[in-house]
Amino acid sequence: MAEKKVIDARGTFCPGPLMELISNMKLINVGDELEVLSTDKGSASDVPEWVNKVGHQMVSTTEENGVWHIVVRKAK
Amino acid sequence: MSASKISIMVVTGSVERLQMAAMVASVGAVSGGDVSVFLSMNALLFFIKGRNATATAEGEFGRVMAGKNVPPFKDLFHRAVDLGGAKIYPCSMAMDVLSTNREDLEPYLSEPLGLTKFLSDAVGSQVWTF
Repeated sequence: MAEKKVIDARGTFCPGPLMELISNMKLINVGDELEVLSTDKGSASDVPEWVNKVGHQMVSTTEENGVWHIVVRKAK
Repeated sequence: MSASKISIMVVTGSVERLQMAAMVASVGAVSGGDVSVFLSMNALLFFIKGRNATATAEGEFGRVMAGKNVPPFKDLFHRAVDLGGAKIYPCSMAMDVLSTNREDLEPYLSEPLGLTKFLSDAVGSQVWTF
């Protein structure tokens, strides 16, 4: 069964949230999801750019009280 | 030109330029780029083990950045290697000038390289200098 893990990268600046996502991506199984919490506005657009470039799947990007919730599914 | 081949020459001692070089290296490497970094001059000093030198700010941005939770440039270079397979080459000339051996440098660096080989390998790549 697919699992979902939350990565709290709030307070770090670019490319910190992206690097945290990639570090954790190596540790999960295909089909699992990671939710990155970020206060860095640039990462809210950079992370989807990276996800599309390398072939994973964007699930959602939402902003709530200055915190972006970026959910990514490992596709390969 | 291969868009995925990225060659980065880093000679600066300024924290702003080191930070940007590390960002290009790490993001380029984890995005599938074939990244090679050549460290020389002042930049190499920060990769000598046990040398706790602080890179100096050349402007206001660098001073502001020091108070923020920005990923340290050395961590980003290390991640470029670990996560993206980047190669970081210490300049053999700079090592000679500093009387430094390979064992004195951070272990994630590759074997020393001469400028001639780096330039030869950089043919056809994006080239960035900092």
